[in-house]
This record gives sequence, C-alpha cells and structure tokens, in this order.
Amino acid sequence: MNASVETAPVNTASPTSLTNGPAAAAVLAAGIGSFALGVLAVAGDKSALLKGWFTFYKPTGPLSGVTTSAVVIWLICWGALEWRWRKSSVSAGRISAIALVLLALGLMLTFPPIADVL
Amino acid sequence: MPDEAVEWPISGKVIVFMEITVRSLWTLIHGFGFGALYLLACSGGILELYRSTASPAPTPSTPRHEIFLRVYLITMVVLAWGAVLSGAYIVYPWYRAVPPPGAVNSLMYPQHLLMSNPSTIGWHSLGMEWKEHVSWLAPISITMAAYVFIRYGRDLRNHRQLRAAVLSFALVSFVAAGVAGFFGAMINKNAPVQGGHTIQLSQNMEALGK
Repeated sequence: MNASVETAPVNTASPTSLTNGPAAAAVLAAGIGSFALGVLAVAGDKSALLKGWFTFYKPTGPLSGVTTSAVVIWLICWGALEWRWRKSSVSAGRISAIALVLLALGLMLTFPPIADVL
Repeated sequence: MPDEAVEWPISGKVIVFMEITVRSLWTLIHGFGFGALYLLACSGGILELYRSTASPAPTPSTPRHEIFLRVYLITMVVLAWGAVLSGAYIVYPWYRAVPPPGAVNSLMYPQHLLMSNPSTIGWHSLGMEWKEHVSWLAPISITMAAYVFIRYGRDLRNHRQLRAAVLSFALVSFVAAGVAGFFGAMINKNAPVQGGHTIQLSQNMEALGK
C-alpha cells in the first residue's frame, strides 16, 4: 500500500488499545484474496490457455489452479502487509472501505451471469 | 428409514438393508459434516462476535468465555476449509467426470446428466459454476475474522471501522456458505454423486413373531 495510507490519521482507539496495523493487514489481504478469486475465476473461464495453466490437479480441473492461486495471493499479501504494518496504525476507514469494495467485486465476479457479460 | 425391507418368506423375518456408497458418504461428509455444520456455527459465531465487540451493552466476559469463543472460531475455520477442500478435491472430480464414449449409464456422471436435460442445465451452468467459486470466500473471510478476534479480543471495540469490516466479511462468509449449501443440496437432489464401493450400514433381522 502507498505511504499516504500509513501516515493518515490514526484511528480512534483508546490509548491502551493495540495498534490497528495487523487487523488492517488481515482485512485488506482478505479483500485482495477475494478479488483475486473473482478475477482468476473469470480468467480461467474465458481463456483456454489459462484454463490449461490452472489445471493443477487434473480431476478437479481449472478450479484447482484458480482457488490455489487465489489462496496463495491472499496469504502472500497478508504476510507482506502484516510485516509492514505490524507495529503501526493505519487509516482504518480507508483500508476497510477498500477491502469491502474488493470483497464485493470478488463476490460479483464469481456470479456466472456477471462473469459471462465481461 | 431403511432403504429396503424384504420379508423373508420362509422364516417370517424381515431383513432390513441400509447401505451407502463411498461417494455418497463423502458427499454427506462434505455437505453435512462440514458445510451444514459451518452454516449452523456461523449464525452463533456472528452473533457472538457482534455481542463481544460491537453491542452497545456488552455482557461481562470471563477468561473461560474468551477461550470458548476462540475455540469456537477456530472450529469454524476448520469446518470452512474442510468443506471447500473436500468439495473441490474429493466430491467435485466425481461430479465432473466425463463419461467414456458409448457410456449408457449417465447417472454416474452428474454434470453430464444435468447438462443433458434443458430443465436441469441451469443447476450446473448457474448453480455449480457459482458454488464452486463463491464457496471459497467463506474460509478466507472466516479465517481473517477469527485471526483478528483472537489477536485483538474485546479490544476490537476500540477499532470501530475494522470491527465493522470484520463483521461484514463474516456475514459474507455466511452468505457464501449458504449459496454453496443451497446449490449443493439442489444439485445433489437432481443428479446425486453415486458409485464406488458400497458400505453396509445395517443389516438387521427382526422376527415378526409369525
């Protein structure tokens, strides 16, 4: 994430509360993972080439690669964000909004009628 | 209820057969053992997360209660991952198996069976296509929610926006599991996953007293 997010005003937590960095990292990473799942699901469905690439386990077909890749992206993002924000406070409102938008997009992209018009 | 009851004509006994195939058993484990249990746990889990971290009038908490909620959330995480992994890597391959050329029994190939009838094609093209992807939002979301709660506990009260986001993800997890559960049940009703070895669950012999 960009530096402006990290330097944005700190949340309204009480003085004794934990910094919000680790929670924000987990929330944002889950949003990214959900969005990645939606994007990869559409990509795997549209492209014959990607369909082949995503077939990590033949009996399950492209679903194996789509979901495994999304989970790997989610975990890598979570680890990286956690490492970066582990001791800092970030703009919780902005991070939460971004994460929820990504989640909503991910949810929409998994819905076949929406994916079909893309 | 037994699948089949046969009256033995000579001895006057009833032989009750109840059996299940390995594939049906795994479908049960996937759908009921993991999926339905996760949905049940979700309602309580989300309510408890809200009560602990967002309710305007929280109830007093004890260390024992905190531990219980942590174990409860970890159990939900295990159930969610169990549901998607057993679905994708055990049941789904049986569902999407392609019948060999000349195969006459399409009952063994549920996806093919659904696609062969205009009145059931939607259960695959909409139901399974949505279910197989949206269900993965459940474990991702609930893993995040459990991690945040376990790390922050009631201190999450002090992080209003993040708390709202965590609860939203938990709700989406519930919805995603609900969508997957609904379509899973309906697909299995229209084209059940069948085959594999048969397991005898019961073979009772009951005297009729004739």
